[in-house]
Amino acid sequence: MKFYIPPQITRLALAFAIFITLFLVLRHFLVPKTFGEYGHYRGASLIDNAQPEIHYAGQQACFKCHQDIEDKKAQDVHSEIHCETCHGPGEKHVVLSKTEKILKPAGREFCGSCHVINAGKQKSMINQIDLNKHNIGKNCIECHNPHQPWEMKK
Amino acid sequence: MDPHFQHLYDILAHAQGYIFPNEIDLQWGILIVVYPFITGLVAGAFILASLERVFKVKILKPTYQIALLTALSFLLVATMPLISHLSQPQRAYEIMITPHSSSAMAIFGFVYLWYLAVVLLLEIWFDYRHSMVVWSNEKKGVMKWIYKILTLGVNDISPRTIHWDRKLGYIITIVGIPSAFILHGYVGFIFGSLKANPWWSSPLIPIIFLFSAMVSGIALVMLVYMIVSYLRKKAIDLNVLDAIGKYLFFILILDFTLESLDQIHRIYEAEESFEIIKLLVSGKLYLTLFVAQGLIGTIIPLITLVFLQFYKHKIKLQKTMYFIVSVLVLIGVYSMRWNVVIGGQLFSKSFSGFTSFKVGLIGLDGTLMAVFWLVLPIGILAFLLWLLPPWKMVKEED
Repeated sequence: MKFYIPPQITRLALAFAIFITLFLVLRHFLVPKTFGEYGHYRGASLIDNAQPEIHYAGQQACFKCHQDIEDKKAQDVHSEIHCETCHGPGEKHVVLSKTEKILKPAGREFCGSCHVINAGKQKSMINQIDLNKHNIGKNCIECHNPHQPWEMKK
Repeated sequence: MDPHFQHLYDILAHAQGYIFPNEIDLQWGILIVVYPFITGLVAGAFILASLERVFKVKILKPTYQIALLTALSFLLVATMPLISHLSQPQRAYEIMITPHSSSAMAIFGFVYLWYLAVVLLLEIWFDYRHSMVVWSNEKKGVMKWIYKILTLGVNDISPRTIHWDRKLGYIITIVGIPSAFILHGYVGFIFGSLKANPWWSSPLIPIIFLFSAMVSGIALVMLVYMIVSYLRKKAIDLNVLDAIGKYLFFILILDFTLESLDQIHRIYEAEESFEIIKLLVSGKLYLTLFVAQGLIGTIIPLITLVFLQFYKHKIKLQKTMYFIVSVLVLIGVYSMRWNVVIGGQLFSKSFSGFTSFKVGLIGLDGTLMAVFWLVLPIGILAFLLWLLPPWKMVKEED
């Protein structure tokens, strides 16, 4: 007896073959050229990621001009806080120090963003202030030097 | 203020205790609740259809094609909630062309494709091929060509070829049952394999997902069968409802037992995460877990189904009760998905705090979008029932 293959099988095999071929052809065109160059990602994405303009200069760039602040900061509790944490991104200021002024934040709210009383923070790690009770109406920097918080101003 | 920050501050006001910064906002919203719900309906409806086919449950025959078409309608939409949840939906295809073998979600794409193309479409095709050939000869104009294309040009309706349709359809069903188990078990695995989340991480989760999927799929087919019969002005066969009701009862019992087992296991183990989970289920999940999933979705349907096995007086009342049971079960399973997906993100991984979740109405991740993805399959089902009416199929002798 001749081996019988039902017509459905041959037609479905053809349909699946077309589908798989189409998938492979599409895949060929859709997979980015540099995919897999270094790992399971598009190699050229490294170049894309290197493109954005630089915003932060890093504190070593600040200390080149502001040696005095470096010395002050080193002596007190803010020594581990980098300049741009409070002053914002400073790359532009580093390049054009005359025209691009650096941010000088002030006000109780700003200092409060770290020092406001919060049950989730350990008091031994960070000093916490109840802004509703502590010297109301006064700005923090009237008494504290932000670079040297415990060197109280007169 | 920037709307994004405004949003963060609004939720932050509702956070309790200590939470990590990246836990303020839920990453997975209502659409991720809809995704396992829809996938579950597919697997459940297919398993009910397979019961008829493989185990030759004659009484379920009127629901066979309805179950298959219901499964297909929902399967076609199953990935849409995921895609519309993405920030870059136009890049969704990338998961298919460059899948990473370590990504559970990437492999789901292929599990889904297997189930759609090799199981469901083929089974429906083998089942309808004979009728489609006949319809393509009877109809005129565009419809004639649509049916011709759907037959893929296999117009042979000799007894030998038709015999092969049945034989191949049967093989596909046999392959289909484990495939349906894998499809939905896999959705459970995606959650159950997340070891960082104590509410999800459990090897029982895939099995629980599977059984709740069967529960929801069976309830949906029962509902669709009643609505379709009502719209066609045909009498609803109470024997069919009784038979489906019996399966629903047994699987609901199994589902309930497995979920209880999972909870008892957690309670007895009482790991370090237990305190926060206890607060979670007795607080934020109280309504959706104990009331919606437990009482409305499980206890009331179970009692009613037992009652319906004995109560055989007023036919109309029985039918109404089956209708209500199927709706309640669907609400219950939806709540179960909610409790898993949303519940798992409400407590902090510090185990000392909660965030809160407020569903938005509009937007790509909002309620309206979720409702749209739940309503769309009903529209597709209506279209499929019009294109491939089970009641107009060519009768074949057994």
